[in-house]
Formats: sequence, C-alpha cells, structure tokens
Amino acid sequence: MNRYPAWKYLIIAVTILLGLLYTLPNFYGESPAVQISPLRTAAKADTALLQRVEDALKKANLTTTGMFLETGGVKVRFTDTDTQIKAKDMLQSVLGNSYMVALNLLPNSPQWLTHIGALPMYLGLDLRGGVHFMLQVDMHGALSKALDRFSADIRSSLREQKIQYIGLEKDSSMITVKFRDPESRARAEAEIKKAYADLSLRERSVRDEFHLTATLKPEAQKLIQDTAVQQNITTLRNRVNELGVAEPIIQQAGADRVVVQLPGVQDTAKAKDILGRTATLEVRMVDEERDLAAALRGQVPFGTELYNERGGGPLLVKKQVVLTGDRINDAQAGFDSNNQPAVHLNLDNNGARIFRQLTHDNVGKRMAILLIEKNQAEVVTAPVIREEIGGGRVQISGRMSTEEARDVALLLRAGALAAPMDIIEERTVGPSLGADNIARGFNSTLYGFLTIAIFMMVYYLMFGVISVVALGVNLLLLIGLLSILQATLTLPGMAAIALTIGMAIDANVLINERVRDELRNGMSPQAAINAGYERAFGTILDSNVTTLIAGIALFAFGSGPIKGFAVVLCLGILTSVFSAVMVSRGLVNLTYGGRRKLDAVSIGQVWKPEVTSADAGMSRPERPARLKK
Amino acid sequence: MEFFRIKRDIPFMSWGKYTTTISLLTFIVSVFFLFTKGLNLGVDFTGGTVMEVGYTHSADINKVRNVLVKLGMPDVSVQNFGTSRDVLIRLPAKPDMSSAKLSETVIAALRQDDETAEIRRVEFVGPQVGKELVENGALALLIVSLGIVAYLAVRFEWKFGVSGIIANLHDVVIILGFFAFFQWEFSLTVLAAILAILGYSVNESVVIFDRIRENFRKMRKAPVTQVIDNAITRTISRTIITHGSTQMVVVSMLLFGGEALHYFALALTIGILFGIYSSVLVASPLLMLLGVSREDIVKPEKKKEEAEAIP
Repeated sequence: MNRYPAWKYLIIAVTILLGLLYTLPNFYGESPAVQISPLRTAAKADTALLQRVEDALKKANLTTTGMFLETGGVKVRFTDTDTQIKAKDMLQSVLGNSYMVALNLLPNSPQWLTHIGALPMYLGLDLRGGVHFMLQVDMHGALSKALDRFSADIRSSLREQKIQYIGLEKDSSMITVKFRDPESRARAEAEIKKAYADLSLRERSVRDEFHLTATLKPEAQKLIQDTAVQQNITTLRNRVNELGVAEPIIQQAGADRVVVQLPGVQDTAKAKDILGRTATLEVRMVDEERDLAAALRGQVPFGTELYNERGGGPLLVKKQVVLTGDRINDAQAGFDSNNQPAVHLNLDNNGARIFRQLTHDNVGKRMAILLIEKNQAEVVTAPVIREEIGGGRVQISGRMSTEEARDVALLLRAGALAAPMDIIEERTVGPSLGADNIARGFNSTLYGFLTIAIFMMVYYLMFGVISVVALGVNLLLLIGLLSILQATLTLPGMAAIALTIGMAIDANVLINERVRDELRNGMSPQAAINAGYERAFGTILDSNVTTLIAGIALFAFGSGPIKGFAVVLCLGILTSVFSAVMVSRGLVNLTYGGRRKLDAVSIGQVWKPEVTSADAGMSRPERPARLKK
Repeated sequence: MEFFRIKRDIPFMSWGKYTTTISLLTFIVSVFFLFTKGLNLGVDFTGGTVMEVGYTHSADINKVRNVLVKLGMPDVSVQNFGTSRDVLIRLPAKPDMSSAKLSETVIAALRQDDETAEIRRVEFVGPQVGKELVENGALALLIVSLGIVAYLAVRFEWKFGVSGIIANLHDVVIILGFFAFFQWEFSLTVLAAILAILGYSVNESVVIFDRIRENFRKMRKAPVTQVIDNAITRTISRTIITHGSTQMVVVSMLLFGGEALHYFALALTIGILFGIYSSVLVASPLLMLLGVSREDIVKPEKKKEEAEAIP
C-alpha cells in the first residue's frame, strides 16, 4: 500500500512550516527608514542618542512609524520617502559629523519574525538600485611607492654610517647605489643587509664604478601588495562611511581587486569622487626665516610653498618632505598633559628614527602636517616642536578642538590609499529601473506558474493538482531558503526562479507519465502509483544531477549576474527534487494510499492502444486495469 | 486528456540518415555564420560603456546622437530600448578618459539638452575584465561538458556520455549560430542561459538513456534499433510536455521580462526547441553509431542474477 510512515509526513510538514515562516517577511514589504550610526569611537549609540533623535524629529514635526535602538545604531521608520529625506537632512545637521545618517529600507515584518532571523530576501543592486564598482589596485604603484621609501631610508642610513656613495637611482623595480671603491660598497652592503631584510642585494661593476642593486624579495613584494590591498579596503570603508550608505559591501575580489557595492546610492558622481580620492599625508618643516610678507605679495621664495593653516594664518612651508603618511601605524584622538585635545600618532621604526632626528635638530621650530588631495595640499596643523621626540610616539596638540583632533586622527589613520586604484567595472542601476526589474521578474514567474498550473490540472486532473501543489511548495521552499541564506537575489536570479519552476515540473511530468504508463500496462492503480514513483526517481536524480553540474560550474566561474543565476538554479534543483518526489508522493499517499479498494485514480484519460504488436519484446500482464473514462 | 496516442513504436532510428543530414547542415550553417558574422558581443565581453537613459516623454534619438557627437564621441550607437522613452547608448572604451568621467560627461550633456534625462543604468567594463569574462565563460563551458560526460559515463557508460554531450554541444553551437546570424547581443546573461540549457537538455538525453537501459534489460530479444525506438516512443509524450511546460515559463519571460531578459529568454527558447530535437534525433543515432549493445549495460545485472542463483 502507498503509505508513508508518520515521520515522513512530519518531515514534510515541518519543512513546509519552516518554508512558510521564512517566506513570510517577503510579504510585508519594506518602508523607508533612516539609519544613524556613530562614526567616531567617542560617539555612542545609546538611549541618549535615541532621545536626541526623538526630540529632533518632534521639533521638526516629522512623524515616524517606529524607532528603535540596535547594536551599532538607531533606526527610524517613516511612512513615505519625502519625510525620510527631510528627516535625513535634518538629523545630519543636528547630529554633526560624528554620526553617519543614511537612507535605508527596513522590512515591515513584525518583531517576532526578525527575532528568529526571518528576513526578506536580500536584493541585489539591479533590483534595489545602486552602484557596483570593481577597483583594481595598481600593484606596480604599490611596489614603486615601497621602493621610494626604501631609497629614502637607504640614503639616510648611509649618511648616518658615514659611508661615501656617488649616487642613488631608483627605477620601476630596483634601487641602484653607486660607489667609488669596493670597500664602501662592502660596508654599505653589510649595513643594508642588516637593516632591510626585505631587500635582496647584488653587486655589479660598471666601468670604474661599483654598483649595488637592491630589489624587493618576492615574499616582501607579496606582503607589500597584500597590505596595500588591505589598507586600501580599510581606507575605502572609512570613506564610504562619509557617503552615508546603509549597507555597503567592500570586499577583496582576487589578488588585486576590490569590489564596492553601494545600494541605494543615487549620486554616483560623488561616490566615484570619494572612492577615487588619493589623499596622502606629509610632514614638512615650516620656513620661518624667509619673508612671509613678500610671499603673500606673490614672491614665494625658492624651495618653499605658501599655504594657509587650517583655522590659522598663512605659512611658508619648505618643499622638502621629511616624513609621509606611510610611516604612521596608528592615530588616535585624545588629550595631552594639559588636558588639551591632541592626536596621538604611532610611527613605525623608520618613521620613529626620522622623527627623532627631525625633532632633535629643530627644537623650538614649527613643523607642518599637510594633507594632499588631487595635488592640492592643505596644512592641517603646524605645531611648535618643544623637545626631541623618540620612540615613535608623537603627539600633535594645540589650536585644535576635540572634533578637529578626531578628524585629523581619522584622516591620518585612513586618509591615504596605499596604492592608486582604477575603476575597471561599474554597474549603476537607477531606483526606477530596479523597481521595474522586480516587477518584470515577478510577473514572469507568476504568469509562468499560472500557465503551467492550469495545464497540469487540465491534463492530469487530481495528479495535476497534486503536482501543482508540489510546485507551489517548491517555490515556497526556494524563496524561504533564499531568505534564510540571505543570498543576493538579482534579476537573473529571478529568471532562475522562473526557470526552476519550468524545470521542476519535469519531475512531476515524469512521475505522472510513468504512472499512466504502468496503468496502461495493466497494473492496479496502487501498484502503478508505487511503480511510477519508484522508477521515475532514478531518472529524476540523473537529470537533476546534470543540471546541478552546470549550476555549480556557473557558480564557480561566473561573476556578478551569472553567480546570482547559479545560486538560485542550484538551490532550486535541491528544493525541486524534494518537493517533486517527497511532497507530491506524500500528497498522493494521503489522497489514495489509505484506500484498500482503489478502482481508479484521477490522472486523466489513459489511452490504451488496441494493437500491442509493436511491444513484442515486452512481457505484458493479461489482466486489464480498471480505468476511469 | 491524452495528447499522444501512439499505436506502435515510431521508427526514429530509421530516419537516422535524414536527421544526421539536417543536424550536420544546421551545424555547418551555424559555424559558418559564427565565423563570417561573428557574435555581437555585449559590453560585458568587449569592454566599454553602456548607458540606459530614461526620459519622461519619447526620446529623440537623433538629438541624443548629435549631443554625443558634439562631445567628441562619433562612434557611439544610440537606440531605443524597450519603450520609446528609453534610450540605450553604447560607447566604446576610451583610453584617454576614465569610465567614471565618461558617463558623467555624457549625462551632464544630455541633461543640459533635456532636463528630464535620467540615468537608469550605467555599465562600464574595462577591456581586461571583458577578456577574463570570455576566458571564464569558455572554461565554464568546458567544465560543464566534461562534468556531464563524466557523470553519464559513471551512471551509464562512456558511449552514452559522449553521444549525450555531442548532441547538446550541437544545440549550443546552433544557439550561437542564431545569435551570430541575427546579430543579437550576446551578454553574460545569455551565456548563463546557454550553460543552463546545456545542463537542462542533457536531462532529456538522460531520460531517454534511462529507458534504453531499462529496455535492454527487459526486451531481451529485440534488436538495438527497436530497443531505442521503443524507449523514445514511450518517453516522447513526457519529453514534449516537459519542454512545453518549461517553454510556457520562458514565453512568460519573453512577454513580461522586459528587455533585460529578452535575449536570455530567446536563447532558452532556441535551446529548448533544439533540445527536444537533438536528444531524440541526434543523441540516440549517435549512440547507435558508437555501437552501443546490450552487453554494455546488462553485464552487471547478469552477475547479480547468477549470484542469486547459486544458493
């Protein structure tokens, strides 16, 4: 008899229930919201912030439909996008730079659903609108920058050790130091080897000169490149925060690439501008001996440049760069011994040595810290050096508010990109197109499903109804699974959902045809059902495995839109095997399995050929099946 | 309701000569167009910029083109996309201008000309990325083919694997031939559709192979041709119903999926139609050609019977 043990029904029921539960959030839709999260360590997301936001909104007469505190920020829900945008602008001006205020969409599903982790499907950029960038880190740039640093270091080391050299050249891949005699070269080689483990050295003689060439060891190259990518990612992350994007994705893709996805960003020009910023930091000395007044009149002395100090007067700054931002390990805002706001820098070893020398030589003078962006430099601060500073711990203080200290620390920490980056791929989707795409994907699925459903029910009657229910369960489970995994749903992904439906019905057609076939061969209805399901299973498995192979290969080699398609295709195959085999069998068993005397099943007309001579090779039972007309 | 009332086995195998000729002809024609016309590769593969710009009223294509020519971009293509209000602009990769700037400049100029212009979509792909996508696509095609052959070889026998994959690659080449002949745009999504078709239409061959295997065991005395004819005849209704169902969804995609899914659905349509043909009339004759016999399949079964017979 066709009966399932209770545990099988239980599995089916539990799976369907879970599917329903996790599909549910997709029906509630989303409402516009504003998300406020602290940008600086000093700013906290607490009830005080919640109170401030509430008061500000009340004052501005903006009505909200909900407001709650979460780890990492406050979220406020609104009824329409107009209020949302007004509230965003208002809150940004009230809260200032310490907080990021971003537009977002929040699911409307009830709290208890969110608590069990049931979230709506995660929509890709082509469905919700936004920008996708792929940036390539210029690895040669990173290496060249590192070599720059090394050549400056080697110069100062040689000078320190009083080793005579006639020249130092740097090209794209190596540094060449030239000496007059082999003794100096030998001393220099020993010194460089000791101080810079990352360099591999070779001796060469060119005419009467003795050359020493230094190249980066492969391990060192790799490390420099890896750190460059990592540092660029950190820098990008900090910059994206400035943009106020709700759920940005910034991740490494391959050895030298970074993918940046900014959902909901409309102002792509600004996004590109901020991402591409190549800010660097420089420490130089202020020239206090030359004539500032003359410089202001336009006669800037040779070897100096005229700048305005942030929040201060004009300055003459020497062109020679003493220290660059690469030397900074860390920067934190804090206070000095007089309780004045200050920025604490932590320099690396070489930076520390250079800085000690600099401060030793220049007590009482002023140095300038410049931020250079797009060839435009600004003196962030120009403090007076009070004493020699060793150990690499530097404190910048004076003429700074707490806020400024924080900004400077942030800029120093993440202001510069370790290596230049190019945008090599860009995909921007406007919000109207995103909404259109959702509608297109949804309609394709809906009407595809409906036509199949009607056809199946007309053609296979009761078995058709069962197949359609199984197909519905398949759709439910697929959407539930996508919601649980929070896999990114794209337009090709939606196409894959539609396609999965078309393909999933294959399993049911196979089964139904097989059952008809067995009936035609004269089996009793119960036996035919059993045989139909049993025999069709192997075929279903084989045919789905081949599609799965295609899906997995697509996932492995595909990028962007193809990956979205592949994920859904693979998941769809899994859910369709389950629903077509297990769920539909369960339903059939429930409908027919319990009856001891089953005269006929409703699977549509089973036509029997009168002449069976063509099937000469087949053994055929004599007993005719009782069939429904 | 029963569509297919087939009294006796249809002698598919005896049509082998004709079907092979038809297949070969379409195949050669496809390859011919692939080589002479080539695929109209989309921006995904060639690199360059595509912009979709929406207006609130119907757009004047010539005006848009003039604006772009004035910007110093003579080699652009401008066309309507979906509706008369949407315009698709294709810009070849420009080495002297960064992509970021390019799209900004274009939309700024279009806005100046007509305020209602709104960016709906921008896609920029660097030439290097495009090259990688081509390589990855080819690699994916190869891996899928090998994977399917291997699976069929393990589940059935190598002859099944080989004829299955040849039949389906024949479909792929024909789809590509259509894209070359009509110069439809070949994008990443179309590639996805083709790979999906490769997996999907192997299903078809698998279902028939399954029956062939079963028939080899059941129809002990029948000749190979009859075994295969019977297998195809008895699965033909399922074949057509399944493909019909899938096609219903694909038609729904063609009707409601908009431009973005248009070529995807088109590739699927051709794939489904030729999928039926090739699994019935290409894969099985190939199987015959490779000399499939009962011994290829039934051997392990016999051993089992003997083992059972001993006690």
